[in-house]
Amino acid sequence: MTRKRRRLTVVLLGGLALATAAALVLAAFEDNIVFFHSPSDIATKKELGIDRRLRLGGLVKPESWKKAQDGLTHNFAITDLSHEVPVVYKGIIPDLFREGQGVVVEGRLQSNGSFRADEVLAKHDENYMPPEVAEALRKSGKWKGGADQ
Amino acid sequence: MLQKYANPKRFLTLANSVLPWTTCATVILIVAGLYFAFAASPPDYQQGQTVRIMYVHVPSAWMAMFAYAFIVVASAVGLIWKHPVAHVGALAAAPIGACFTLICLATGSLWGKPMWGTWWVWDARLTSVLILFFLYLGFIALANAFDDSSRGEKASAILALIGGINLPIIKFSVDWWNTLHQPASVSKIDMPSIHSSMLTPLLLMGIGFTALFVTLVIIRVRAELASRRINALRAAKIHAEVAGG
Repeated sequence: MTRKRRRLTVVLLGGLALATAAALVLAAFEDNIVFFHSPSDIATKKELGIDRRLRLGGLVKPESWKKAQDGLTHNFAITDLSHEVPVVYKGIIPDLFREGQGVVVEGRLQSNGSFRADEVLAKHDENYMPPEVAEALRKSGKWKGGADQ
Repeated sequence: MLQKYANPKRFLTLANSVLPWTTCATVILIVAGLYFAFAASPPDYQQGQTVRIMYVHVPSAWMAMFAYAFIVVASAVGLIWKHPVAHVGALAAAPIGACFTLICLATGSLWGKPMWGTWWVWDARLTSVLILFFLYLGFIALANAFDDSSRGEKASAILALIGGINLPIIKFSVDWWNTLHQPASVSKIDMPSIHSSMLTPLLLMGIGFTALFVTLVIIRVRAELASRRINALRAAKIHAEVAGG
């Protein structure tokens, strides 16, 4: 084996070992790397109780968003189409927040099963297009995505 | 082929003939890209005018990863085949890649505030790109930490190879874990994704940034080779004076 060959083998084996190690570490920490939990996670996973702060993510359920008289308190439900969690939030919501859109809220579960959020983040999807195109696509029925602003 | 350009002189001949072309391509593509980005492309159906941040943010993110991939390949070539120009190339690309990463993080933050409602979150995509930025800084620092530059080259090349594991993590972070950052638009086969009127400025800027990267790397490699030559000549002169003494 020439020295070049040996160096090539060392680099390749090192890379393989490193990739394996990284894959194992990432698999082990999976629960800590996820940014938010879904309403189904809340319903099924025991460790997501009222005793800890967590992030809840999903779609804002259509026709669930109600603004209170003070103009600051918002009530809406987050759904992943199989489970839903009612959310209460007092504060300013981001521009992209709308019904049917993705959203991530941070706060605590209450004992009555609702979620008290102190932060609301809007998630936007990976679709970009001019307003006319979105309109045309929805009209033709080929696509049912995102509500217009 | 690889061995041929290990010779700095041959490499310089090639680099000098390519340089005017990449320089022209950079200027034309970025000017055209900016025109499309700011004047000739429509606002987004949801994000309005804010979507224009994409035309700088996304190409910088591509280049941040492309430059690091370049460093990984150059470092491997330098370590395995002892290719002298490869280490010089890797070192030349590092500050450029770090700048692209910083631009990506800064514009992403400016985009995140109006759209998501936050400057920064510790989700898998954002965190892995921040790690990429620190890998660049670590690579530059380690390469310059030794008096003997060949030891610095070797140590930093090994660091670059280890850091290479971060590239697939950045790319697939949005698919492997749920994140606040949305998944890829361009490398997706499904229907809407990104409309052609918005894809045009994005791709023009992407290719323009690539040409800019190539141009800057060639200029930096040329400067480094020249400065090494000056040092060698100076050392030879001192040596001759001492011997002639």
